[in-house]
Amino acid sequence: MECLRVEKIVKTFGGIRALNGISFTLEEGNLLGIIGPNGCGKTTLVNVITGFLRPSSGRVFYRGKDITGLRPSKIANLGVGRTFQMVKPFYQLPAYKNLVIPLSSPKIRRMGEHYGDKDSVALDILEDIGFERDSSIPFQVASVLPHGYLKRLEMARVLALQSDLIIFDELYSGLSLAEVASMTPLIQKLMSAGKTIIMIEHRLRELFRIADRILVMDQGSVIAEGASRAIMKDPAVQKAYLGVELKR
Amino acid sequence: MKENRRRERIDRPIKAVTDDIYCISSFREIVYLMLPRALPILILLIAVFFVPLYWKKVLVITFIMAIMAISWDFLASCGLISLGQALFFAVGAYISGGLNHYLGLPIYVTVPVATLLGGVISAMLIFPALRLRGMYFSMVTLIIPLMLMRIIEATKILGGTEGMSGLSSLPGLPFSISVSVLAVFAALFGLRRLLSSDNGMIFLALKDNDRAVEASGLNTLWFKVKAIYIGSALCAFCGAFMTHYYMSVGLSAFALDLSIFPIASCVLGGIGTLAGPLLGAVILGPLSEALRSLGTFRIVIYSALLIIFIAGLPEGIFPFLKRKYEQTERWV
Repeated sequence: MECLRVEKIVKTFGGIRALNGISFTLEEGNLLGIIGPNGCGKTTLVNVITGFLRPSSGRVFYRGKDITGLRPSKIANLGVGRTFQMVKPFYQLPAYKNLVIPLSSPKIRRMGEHYGDKDSVALDILEDIGFERDSSIPFQVASVLPHGYLKRLEMARVLALQSDLIIFDELYSGLSLAEVASMTPLIQKLMSAGKTIIMIEHRLRELFRIADRILVMDQGSVIAEGASRAIMKDPAVQKAYLGVELKR
Repeated sequence: MKENRRRERIDRPIKAVTDDIYCISSFREIVYLMLPRALPILILLIAVFFVPLYWKKVLVITFIMAIMAISWDFLASCGLISLGQALFFAVGAYISGGLNHYLGLPIYVTVPVATLLGGVISAMLIFPALRLRGMYFSMVTLIIPLMLMRIIEATKILGGTEGMSGLSSLPGLPFSISVSVLAVFAALFGLRRLLSSDNGMIFLALKDNDRAVEASGLNTLWFKVKAIYIGSALCAFCGAFMTHYYMSVGLSAFALDLSIFPIASCVLGGIGTLAGPLLGAVILGPLSEALRSLGTFRIVIYSALLIIFIAGLPEGIFPFLKRKYEQTERWV
């Protein structure tokens, strides 16, 4: 079943065309990786899909529903969750209280009391993603937590929202190899739970290991699309990444 | 026996979180928690009864200004830095003044109506600016009261430059003083309770990152409107109260002082603490009154004192006291 359909998205900032007619579809339960050089419009695309930017033209459909131009909160409540490339925790709140915010959203409230007490749900989620429950870490104010934990907290927000389509915007950036290695099983767990995932990533090796399909962007356009391994053999992709085609 | 005793340093707030039902664990804990809340109430209540008449009047104004400061601090905690508290004050003042002057309604009607309606009108006036963030929002809040002031001046509505006078007065000083004391504590403890609830977390989160709140599925615009409503309703109450206290309302309700005093109190007392602004207002209000005999020179002393405090204690007086109180050592 089709989860997300993006149709001819164009986004201009003044005279600059950040997105130049992007179209793609995403099947339910798939993991789509989006790669491309810096400044090619990946984050702009995420912002358009999640409603933080209004596209100049084009449409976005989520599960058949037109979500173009809706408020970001509305889109989040429909089930599209996202993380930010630059971590955006609520610095003055303790880590577990950070999750009280998404747990207060209309989407979660509609699920009713079966979902349990907000604080304990928050602690459960944090435990799942590696905040040691018996330590003081979940109770620490977010401003004192190290970057790795903040990235996890960013992910926890999406988990708390119980989003069905999750967009990770450079989840792995700024993480050590060990941290990346510990994040990957979390994503595989999400996939086995039937979530649809879009990952924007520069860590290609880790991405190729889990992605079903890869979309390559350059200068606001999709230049190639296909299975993980094959995609890097595409001459257009090599040109975008390396400036020249690889000669063998 | 002495060698068995050691000094233990306890960070009480963390203890409170980990103990969960700390409040009823022992008499000592109860006293520890109640003392900082009960002490200022007792001091203020006693002061209210025993100071001379002139200072009682000063105290009424101080408490009203303290509410304005608490309201400013609440808005600042939500990331809405308002430079136009005077707007909210004036809206309340003009609503109660107008209702009393044109319709002859008694103060028991005008003040509550001005409080609730003032919040709505202020929120509507500020609403277009809520699309702006940070400093740009603040600049608009500074301009709106100045603009309204000129509109009233030019169109001569609501009494024009003369204002409205001969309004109903409050029934006696004991009434005003008790109402203002009750209001200040209601505002302080009410907002503290709100901000420590789960809904209050959303307000605090707005300050840190409104985009992340939006991504969490909450309509930030709606929560900002709510915050402005709560903050401005408090100020509108102050405006309505002062209108009847002075028995007149005029363009002075838009005075810049009314926007600056709350900020000065918050800076002195400690931004983001809610109790700090009350402390700051209780220091600054009587102080500026005591220095009145010095004429214009009082501004110099007043400003110098503010600078000393900002340089020496940038976190504010209240967070400093709080830290000292919480990091106690005890013998065990």
